[in-house]
Amino acid sequence: MAATQFQTPRIREYPTIPVLVRGAMAHSQPFVAKPDHQEPLGFPGELVDNWKEVALKRMGELLGKYRSLQVFLDICVKCGSCTDKCHYFQGTADPKNMPVARQDLLRKVYRRYFTLAGKYFPKLVGAVDLTEEVLWDWYKYYHQCSQCRRCSVYCPYGIDTAEITMAGREILASVGIGQKYSNEIIGKVYKIGNNLGLPRPALLDTLEGLEEEVEEETGVKVRFPLDVKGAEVLLVTPSADFFAEPHVDGLIGYGKVFHQAGISWTLSSHASEAGNFGLFIGNYENMQKVAMRVREAALDLGVKRIVVGECGHAWRVAYSFWNTLIGPFDFLDPAYPVPQHICEFTHDLLLKGMIKLDPSENDDKVVTFHDSCNVARASRMGDMPGGQFVIPRELIKASCNHFVDMAPETINDQTFCCGGGGGVLTDDLIEIRVKGALPRMEALKQVVEQDGVTHMAAICAICKSQFTKVLPYFDLGMDMIVSVHQLISEAIVLEGSEQEEAPSTSDTQS
Amino acid sequence: MSLEVNGTVYETDEEGYLADLNQWSSEIAEKMAIDDGANLTQPHWEVINFLREYYEEYQIAPAVRVLTKAIGKRLGKDKGNSKYLYELFPYGPAKQACKYAGLPKPTGCV
Repeated sequence: MAATQFQTPRIREYPTIPVLVRGAMAHSQPFVAKPDHQEPLGFPGELVDNWKEVALKRMGELLGKYRSLQVFLDICVKCGSCTDKCHYFQGTADPKNMPVARQDLLRKVYRRYFTLAGKYFPKLVGAVDLTEEVLWDWYKYYHQCSQCRRCSVYCPYGIDTAEITMAGREILASVGIGQKYSNEIIGKVYKIGNNLGLPRPALLDTLEGLEEEVEEETGVKVRFPLDVKGAEVLLVTPSADFFAEPHVDGLIGYGKVFHQAGISWTLSSHASEAGNFGLFIGNYENMQKVAMRVREAALDLGVKRIVVGECGHAWRVAYSFWNTLIGPFDFLDPAYPVPQHICEFTHDLLLKGMIKLDPSENDDKVVTFHDSCNVARASRMGDMPGGQFVIPRELIKASCNHFVDMAPETINDQTFCCGGGGGVLTDDLIEIRVKGALPRMEALKQVVEQDGVTHMAAICAICKSQFTKVLPYFDLGMDMIVSVHQLISEAIVLEGSEQEEAPSTSDTQS
Repeated sequence: MSLEVNGTVYETDEEGYLADLNQWSSEIAEKMAIDDGANLTQPHWEVINFLREYYEEYQIAPAVRVLTKAIGKRLGKDKGNSKYLYELFPYGPAKQACKYAGLPKPTGCV
């Protein structure tokens, strides 16, 4: 497990635009999917002979299907506003990681084959032929974009680079060059039900272990139910919540909230994954097939509500796309949002007084919040604009006495990606992950030094895993990163627990 | 990729994880560790053996809390935590220990 050799970028005193280093990341590419990762998703196993024809046909189909894609490819005026907004550009200085340049990799081929000027006067309009070299350039640089959409916030036309990255990846997969990491994972969802490949017996064993752990710690029998028909709420959460730290402490937090509020809930072994890597590879059919498991589980279990755990892109897919992918949801209780984010759910209970939080339980911490890109820029939460920024912070402030925000240009809709989103969270891309984490690490270091921040909370499984891995590269502790519901888990007042201070009830069995 | 141990060549994936779980032997684990500059001691073996037992029953590596609890039982409560496991396997207990145990690499958002 020899570490890949590369230089961790140095924390800068002031963020500046890096001096360009041409080809700095031209060596970076993820492992290519093997035939058994490709075929279950409906893609050819390896590069097809007539790849050029297939690629252009697929591009034409995507242009027809997504009007936005054609508009984005047509309207860029090269104003330069996006150039320094990308965390990967800032961390690598590779000019092809300027969002406009990354888009141009696809745009120049689009011009050659789909515009009049490009067909007849390619050199005049920067149009180029689709060659195998261009194809591999796509493969490299469309996996140096986490589809976080920070650049699109600054684009005066609102060009969504993520959509172009998705189209690039979709074309690549359709000619036989898929990404191993994402496609292997999607295959596991089809076969087993979640990204990790946790079969039902393992899930059950893990959840039973958590029940024992919570009872040992608090004296309260908090349940983590699986496949319970007739439960009110189906909780769909990333499978990392069952498996990894710090994720699992967030899951424990959800369980305590459900328990204390007295709302019956269940997890599902069929829909044991909230994440949807179909989004990352830009493929509608796979995204729909992954999402469909949630609908099937909800109907099968007869639940009235669906709540989504802490997962950034899962929430984007749920909030923005579920209705057309797997709706209508006329079988659910219309009194509640469909779907509902776990933060929204907990916040609502807090406002209604159905749960109590004691922030002094987290007095050993000074906490900041990392806005996850897909939640921040591709969705909303609650019934107010900006609820996705307000609600998680309200929850943290209710659970902790010491909360500090990072610099304003690095939070809310201007948040920096963790560096591992959009299918980049794989060891074969560790260099780009570390380099792309630079802007977030700089903002974090600032509050660590100025305000004594000890912990950073997040609501995304990818962010949590990415930070656990990259924090040590920047001389910060891997355990700085926590789940928002981990803070709630510490602070929630459980009836019958040793932690409970209010002498209000003698019922310890709740 | 492949790994050669005592004259036999074993197929691995791009990151050196054994392609066929059934080919595993303790010599393979030793060789993988040597290649990483690591030295397998008794506590390492407790983890590796538990991973293999768990995988045999559940077809997946144990979740972190399942693992820490089991190791706490085997090696003492003060060792049943991920900090200790990271001391044993600095590249991450899930990934490095799974590799030595011949298990596939855990996938997903981990």
